Amino acid sequence: MNWKSITLYLPATAVIIGLLLIVFSTAFPPVHARIDDSDHQQEITEFNSTVSRVNQWFRNDWQAAGLSQAPPADEKILLRRLSLALHGTIPSLEELRRFEADQRPDRLQQWCREMLEDPRFADYFAERFTRAFVGTQGEPFLVFRRDRFRNWIVEQLKQNRPYNQVVQEIISQDGLWTGEPATNFMTHAVLNGDVDENKLAGKTVRAVLGQRIDCAQCHDHPFADWKQHDFEGLAAYFGQVRLSAFGVEDRKNQEYKVEDRITLEERTVQPEVPFQENLLPDSGTRREQLAIWSTHPDNRRFSRAAVNRIWALLFGKAFSEGAPYYTRVDDLPDPEDDEGTGTALDLLADAFVASNYNIKQLIETIAALEVYRLDSTTDEIDDSIVRQQIDHWAVFPLIRLRPEQVVGSMLQAASIKTIDQNSHLLTRTFKLINENDFLKEYGDFGADELDERAGTVPQALLRMNGKLFEESTRPSPFNATPRIALASGSPEHIIETCFLTCLTRYPSQEENQFFLNKWQDEKSDRWPQRTHDLYWALINSPEFSWNH
Amino acid sequence: MSIDRIGNLFSGLSRRDLLKASTALGVSFLLPTLSARAAEKRGTERAKSFITLWMNGGPSQLETWDPHPGTAIGGPTQEISTSFSGVNIAADYPMMAEQLQHLSVIRSLVSKEGDHERGTYFMKTGYRPDPTVIHPAIGALIPHQLETQGLEVPPYVSLGDGQWPGRGGYLGDQFDAFRVFEPGRSVQNMQARVGEKRQTDRLEGLEILTKSFRQGRRYQSEKSLHQDTVERALTMMSSEQLKAFEIEDEPESIRNKYGDSRFGRGCLVARRLIETGVRVVEVTLNGFDSHANNFEAHTNRAADLDKAFAMLIQELRERDLYDSTIVLCIGEFGRTPKINPLDGRDHWPNGFSTLIGGGGLRSGVLIGETDPTGTATDPKDPIKVQDLYATILNQFAIDPSEELMTPIGRPLYICEGTPLKQLLEV
Repeated sequence: MNWKSITLYLPATAVIIGLLLIVFSTAFPPVHARIDDSDHQQEITEFNSTVSRVNQWFRNDWQAAGLSQAPPADEKILLRRLSLALHGTIPSLEELRRFEADQRPDRLQQWCREMLEDPRFADYFAERFTRAFVGTQGEPFLVFRRDRFRNWIVEQLKQNRPYNQVVQEIISQDGLWTGEPATNFMTHAVLNGDVDENKLAGKTVRAVLGQRIDCAQCHDHPFADWKQHDFEGLAAYFGQVRLSAFGVEDRKNQEYKVEDRITLEERTVQPEVPFQENLLPDSGTRREQLAIWSTHPDNRRFSRAAVNRIWALLFGKAFSEGAPYYTRVDDLPDPEDDEGTGTALDLLADAFVASNYNIKQLIETIAALEVYRLDSTTDEIDDSIVRQQIDHWAVFPLIRLRPEQVVGSMLQAASIKTIDQNSHLLTRTFKLINENDFLKEYGDFGADELDERAGTVPQALLRMNGKLFEESTRPSPFNATPRIALASGSPEHIIETCFLTCLTRYPSQEENQFFLNKWQDEKSDRWPQRTHDLYWALINSPEFSWNH
Repeated sequence: MSIDRIGNLFSGLSRRDLLKASTALGVSFLLPTLSARAAEKRGTERAKSFITLWMNGGPSQLETWDPHPGTAIGGPTQEISTSFSGVNIAADYPMMAEQLQHLSVIRSLVSKEGDHERGTYFMKTGYRPDPTVIHPAIGALIPHQLETQGLEVPPYVSLGDGQWPGRGGYLGDQFDAFRVFEPGRSVQNMQARVGEKRQTDRLEGLEILTKSFRQGRRYQSEKSLHQDTVERALTMMSSEQLKAFEIEDEPESIRNKYGDSRFGRGCLVARRLIETGVRVVEVTLNGFDSHANNFEAHTNRAADLDKAFAMLIQELRERDLYDSTIVLCIGEFGRTPKINPLDGRDHWPNGFSTLIGGGGLRSGVLIGETDPTGTATDPKDPIKVQDLYATILNQFAIDPSEELMTPIGRPLYICEGTPLKQLLEV
């Protein structure tokens, strides 16, 4: 073989060998050591032990307060809760039928796990985390790309990356907001071309540590231990952040200076954490140090804040809003105050740290708790006792659905099949356009979406008379209503199907009778219209727009 | 006029049928108690109302109420003399020039917010944006503080497609401005989608479902106020007061004088709402963000603003509503004295203009002065919006220094300003 033929054949041979290798490796993936069964067993034991410890904590709490608890909720209602919390919609009829046919004894837990693996979970939860870190604003233009940040969170959730690592990257990442999406946390705080250290300090404490320090920006906190000095010290950790052609970076020699509010003179402020200095690493940029300190396993504020937020997303209301704290989601008391008593929040926070900050496992744990599975009804008639039951989670709280849950549920109820990434492009486009129009009128809750809010008259009007309901439920070939009416065969069956599709439950005898009476003597060509009217009543009922 | 059948906006249901159905629902709302009497009062006897003409995008003071023709910063804008002796305004506003004697002119508003969203927040609430609390707009505070009994339509209405209508903030979403995107055309979602028989059927179905959901959840259901908002929505759908949102029965000559623009119709609807007893109305005029072609943009806006604003003042006066109605024309900031290379002006929160009048305030007062050379940043006699709002609240007999408690238990002043003595009647 001469040199010429070598130069001719060698590259081709290399390409063929390369291709063969790729095909081979795809067809026969390397066999990794299977998860050791004993490890898995240990995981299950730990999971069960956390669930039973937290259950016990609540039982003791109820006993001490002299409260009885609500009966367990129907499993379909639990499925509704999970679907609303994890995917932002009620379950589809298709899903309900599959759930009913599922005979596994632990089907709810299995479904929870499957929902967490569904791309709808990462998508929906990413938006919630994005709001907590960067809000809903699209500005500042050019340097802030909210979509990139959100998509990046989607990926982190899909990979179930440990939460502490995600937060560390958000606080300390360098680079361009397009290429390094986590840096958008820094750039969302750009004001007049400069990074606003105060906004970052306040936001970090709220989103990461679940506390509020913002008022210490101007004065000492009136009732917590935060001092103005603490605020400045934290802000100084962001004091070296600058924007350049390379994106976000720290200028290591830059001093952080503030104007003294009293003397009006400029003074240099050194970075300083308000507590547990011993958790600070010895090296790294200021932001890297802050990232390690704030997510340190011994910094209990971090794990408590994470659990409190996830709890809020599952229940619709933060743990802290009930007994014993009675505070908002990002206004947790100092953990030192709980020393020795250790609430359910602490038990879950410990388990979260032990699981290596596994978000999905935390969700599964909370979903398996007795308190998550209680009904929202109570036999108690004394209001003050009912209030206590709610505060102590002895009855499931009634929480108004957020706007995106209302619109997601309306659209899902109008379709028999599950609307997800496998849906037809037209269906998804219709969903997107209608969602946006609806949200514009209904109002978006923005970054504070976990706060309790009152319903408004325009929202009631929009549900009753709005275009979305009309277009997605009127008898037309694209909507579920005529199909339910025609395929169900009898009024009983239609009524039952509509209840399942909209309220995820069967009608009671009384309800059944009432609607059947309405349908009496109706010819079948009027069934689609009757179905439409029944849908209207179901979707406007409080049961539809509240999590219960 | 029959109260059974409500105008062409609500062809679906009659009031009587809705009431019948609502009674079946166990709804116990009252029939319109609005006091025809309160709404019919005139002059200083009448309860106060407040109309804001919101100039969205930040109008140029130099092309509106503070022109400096013939200077380096003045651009091509000319000025005209007005009925307010000694005060000239931009030549694009001949009708306002006639009405100006009934208003006061402030040419020295100052703010620290040069971004649209932040600026709007500040100018509507009197507070700078704060990540820990959402302050209520001044328009939401007024109905919160005052009686609105008998009013079946919302006490705070925002007309036009404003990007950031006033919000209830920590007072609650129920105090948000009620938005009407196309004033004078129709109020969205106000008409039942089906005829009366089907609507009655639907409401009966809703009643059964509401009842069964309450079983075992009475306390939580009541606390949710869900039923309450549904009832208020039904009341509103059948209310005769909704006619205030319509303009068809206004004479054509009147409609023409306001102008057939979204803003012109908005101003006419605003007058009708005030007459009906609505306490606060905000009418938005979009399109002032003139980073390019500033002068052309402002001339175009003036075509809508001049006649609608002038007609509003004229009509409020003719109907003896002006003494009880404060009218304020304001935007989120002004525009730079410097003209940029695109013949535009950029954001300028230092020394911009507003007009205010009515509601028992003094007219014919001129406050502040900007530098005709554009070199001095600060105007003479700078005025903070907080003081302007304290002045307005004062006319409503609301004490701005009273503290309200936010949901996290933080006390905040209703307004951090003090009334401007210059504007108060002596």
